[in-house]
Amino acid sequence: MRPTGEHPEFLWRNPAPKRAYEVVIVGAGGHGLATAYYLAKNHGIADVAVLEKGWLAGGNITRNTTVIRSNYLWDESAAIYEHSLKLWEGLEAELDYDLLFSQRGVLNLAHTLQDVRESVRRVGANRLNGIDAEWLDPAEVAEVCPIVNVSPEARYPVLGATFQPRGGIARHENVAWGYARAADALGVDLIQGCEVTGIDGLTLQTTLGPIAAGKIGLCAAGHSSVLAKMVGLDVPIQSHPLQALVSELYEPVLDTVVMSNAVHVYVSQAHKGELVMGAGVDPFISYAQRGSFHVIEHQLAAALELFPIFAQARVLRTWAGVVDVCPDASPIVGPTPVEGLYLNCGWGTGGFKATPGSGWAFAWTLAHGEPHELNAPFSLERFTTGALIDEHGAAAVAH
Amino acid sequence: MILIPCPWCGERDETEFSCGGPAGVPYPSDPAALSDEEWGTYLFFRDNPRGPFRERWVHTHGCRRWFELTRDTVTHEIHVRRD
Repeated sequence: MRPTGEHPEFLWRNPAPKRAYEVVIVGAGGHGLATAYYLAKNHGIADVAVLEKGWLAGGNITRNTTVIRSNYLWDESAAIYEHSLKLWEGLEAELDYDLLFSQRGVLNLAHTLQDVRESVRRVGANRLNGIDAEWLDPAEVAEVCPIVNVSPEARYPVLGATFQPRGGIARHENVAWGYARAADALGVDLIQGCEVTGIDGLTLQTTLGPIAAGKIGLCAAGHSSVLAKMVGLDVPIQSHPLQALVSELYEPVLDTVVMSNAVHVYVSQAHKGELVMGAGVDPFISYAQRGSFHVIEHQLAAALELFPIFAQARVLRTWAGVVDVCPDASPIVGPTPVEGLYLNCGWGTGGFKATPGSGWAFAWTLAHGEPHELNAPFSLERFTTGALIDEHGAAAVAH
Repeated sequence: MILIPCPWCGERDETEFSCGGPAGVPYPSDPAALSDEEWGTYLFFRDNPRGPFRERWVHTHGCRRWFELTRDTVTHEIHVRRD
């Protein structure tokens, strides 16, 4: 036991940056850290720096609602999200770090006939892709989650739900710290408080001086447009606030994840006892990491409609992250027209679940100079060719 | 909640309005003449600046008129243009 008042051991070094690296990742969030880890672990490229303008894991990796699932409609999405889920399933052992990864299942409720048709179709598509998926009728929904109001009298009655038993949650900051510790141990330099202010060729101008790179990987989520603009690259991204909240701590009442596209809320209960809820995005562009309170009110109204038992629960804290939304609600992961510059962005409202898969595929892409087959469909070119991967309605998520 | 100054009704709560996205994006005058790249740019690429941003709003639950304003995407500070 460490004496009270003594600082715990640091999980990573905090080195001064070298003047050059083989690969420089911009953004020490989940995707950036995972990318650095897999570069070192899978491809033997450890001469890597991860630059972070603020503090490690201060952005969306710790602002999300930690939902993990892979029940996407389209083959391209199903492949990369399922790859990610399989990595999640071995991640605590691989990183030797407790992530509180809990496969408690994810319910996606259907409230209208269209919801039902879309959901049943998605269950079929998921099964064809080898993803666990079931269609539950209202009575079966009540068995999985007794506190959901499945009464036909409800304003938006529950007509059924899709269920992915392997879905679940994890503790998000542990994910970042686990990847950071493992990457650091393999020789990756994690540089906090180092903002990129310009990019000249493959040299990054930073608040800690210029840093040259063999290759640059941008993992800056909501700030991707700002960085891409530095090299004159336009990206089809809009940055929106996405809000979430936690309640005070309660006894365990909810042991699965419940999402409702139609009434715009998703809920789980963290191990410590908080109810964790997320909403849809605020409609305007913002880099402010805060949204409008009426969005929270709307989200809570939806939650109370579904869970009358929450009526006495109190909100402890609300916050927002800046999410990078693509026109087709799918990410962009791959090379750019700028030689040596690679992009990993556009994960929008659903990036947390993809953290391992995104880092894995982006590391492969950086190491080989071309996209892996998992992320090849998620190219920047699709906005010219029209080969969009439209997950707006089909991703079973409220946005 | 943002207070939005409608040019006709004055300051009202954001909930009365709908955000119409970026201003100054005209429909191409001759769409058939565009290359795939130009058409893709028109359809999918919009400015996403950190700072002042021209956008359109409509006073949905008020006078129902469209107008343009400049809003800072970091501070949410608003300047209305009357036209």
